[in-house]
Amino acid sequence: MTTARSLGGRSAVIPISCLAVMVCLVGFLTVAGARAEVRIDITQGVVEPIVVAVSPFYGSGPNDQTYGRDIAGVIEQNLTRSGLFQALPANRFPQDPSALTAEPIFGDWQVLQAQALVTGMVAPEPDGRLRVEFRLWDVVAQVQLTGLAYFTAEDNWRRVAHIVSDAIYERITGETGYFDTRVVYIAESGAPDRRIKRLAIMDQDGFNHRYLTDGRTLVLTPRFSPTAQEITYLSYFSNKPRVYLFNIDTGRQELLGDFPGITFAPRFSPDGNKVIMSLGVAGNSNIHTLDLRTRQQEQLTGSASIDTSPSYSPDGTRIAFESDRGGSQQLYVMNADGSNVQRISFGDGKYAGPVWSPRGDLIAFTRILGGRFAIGVIRPDGSGERILTEAFHVEGPTWAPNGRVLMFFRETPTADGRGRVARLLTIDLTGRNERLVPTPIDASDPAWSPLIP
Amino acid sequence: MLGRWVAVIGVVFVLAACETADQETLETGAAQPAPDSFAPAAPPPGSQEELAQRIGDRVFFGFDRFDLTPEARATLDRQAEWMRRYPNITVTIEGHADERGTREYNIGLGHRRASAVRSYLIALGVPASRVDSTSYGKERPAVLGSTESAWAQNRRAVTVVN
Repeated sequence: MTTARSLGGRSAVIPISCLAVMVCLVGFLTVAGARAEVRIDITQGVVEPIVVAVSPFYGSGPNDQTYGRDIAGVIEQNLTRSGLFQALPANRFPQDPSALTAEPIFGDWQVLQAQALVTGMVAPEPDGRLRVEFRLWDVVAQVQLTGLAYFTAEDNWRRVAHIVSDAIYERITGETGYFDTRVVYIAESGAPDRRIKRLAIMDQDGFNHRYLTDGRTLVLTPRFSPTAQEITYLSYFSNKPRVYLFNIDTGRQELLGDFPGITFAPRFSPDGNKVIMSLGVAGNSNIHTLDLRTRQQEQLTGSASIDTSPSYSPDGTRIAFESDRGGSQQLYVMNADGSNVQRISFGDGKYAGPVWSPRGDLIAFTRILGGRFAIGVIRPDGSGERILTEAFHVEGPTWAPNGRVLMFFRETPTADGRGRVARLLTIDLTGRNERLVPTPIDASDPAWSPLIP
Repeated sequence: MLGRWVAVIGVVFVLAACETADQETLETGAAQPAPDSFAPAAPPPGSQEELAQRIGDRVFFGFDRFDLTPEARATLDRQAEWMRRYPNITVTIEGHADERGTREYNIGLGHRRASAVRSYLIALGVPASRVDSTSYGKERPAVLGSTESAWAQNRRAVTVVN
């Protein structure tokens, strides 16, 4: 959805005086009060992608030019992978990066059907850092929509590219971006009957990949803390499934709670102060919380069934979980104190693994029906169920922090039927934009980080 | 049918154990049948090998079920008798599920199956302190592939000598 509406009033370049802050507004005109011209409303069904041209950022020397080209490449990748943008091929660009250090010749870009144009500049700072500046132009309305400058260490250039991508996404969609985020997941290798599983972390686009555990211990289902550089996950250290806390920076891990049985299916509360999980005792699995500050444990369900996969609503007042108390796995919602349990799934098949959206409006789930798995979403009141993707085996949805995109894993049988190829994918809420997330080896159980503070 | 599986898997285990001497092999039960000429040495008394070969170290469950079948009870009756014979042995019951469930639910289901076995052994007089339990969910299939036969052999609880 684009509208062409021009705002007048150009001004000289705003002097960049950055003091202690990392980010500065830059611009050829005052952006204060400017309304979005190129705009996508992603709350409305299918949208036509915006045609965007991401010019290599200008650099005066070869080093800066390399960074300028690479940063523009990451931005273009992020925007196109979102499904909301379509990139104009670089070989059709009518102006080169040095010409684009001045205001673009909009008419030349309009004839190519470009709607948005991203330009930028990379320059060295005296202290060795890079100064990276970008401008987002509305080609139709012929105005600058936003412009910002960042200062960063050279080896942090990808992060700046993600931050710029988020700024562009936010300016055009009105929604928070999700590119400056990371993913923890389980990296898999080895024979299918004794899989080696390691905790691994990477940027949301698969770069800056690193293993966090060595594979000697089976680990599963990592989940990010909303507030700290910590992960809660399941580890078979000592051959029993137990919930642990793992510090990403120090690599230190800690057993969570003093429970008289196996613990599994952990997830943080939205304030990061509690971990909610299942405790299995004498055949039954019930939902408990552990307060990370007081170490107080609390039991929330007490049924003779398997109650598992608890997930808080973003305001912390309710909990979605699955239970087979009614005879088969179904989704339930209850108050955070365990009261007022309501079943919300009533479709055919089994419903498992509810994950509450960070926006609060939807709950993602895994459905098993007729021997096939699917990922879908449903409203917390049980209405509006929609299946987004279906396969031999898909499982484990996790939300991007803006609640518009899900990541999950898919397993495909190998040709001999004995093994599985496991991959991470993203899908948007329309179900139309499904993308593979590159990983060095097989991958499962993804967990999306919150926006990096 | 179930009894035959137990026998086949028991022999296969001995083969695998000879090759690797690795206790992990317990959970995996390789697929090659034993050659007819293969004649294992008598397993050490009170060993995992003896349990697997002479008694039956595992029981099987229906789809999404954790109740003990008559065959399972017969196997566990023999296991309880065997544990009475070797009073110093302690065991861990490892519960497993087939691939047709979600990861977290299957950990709960494996726990349910291991607990059913543990309770039954305790009811037969095995001291609770000698029987521990754990669950591997769908993480350690005994048989690979997506066939009814593979699933049936993976829905199991295996008694492992500590």
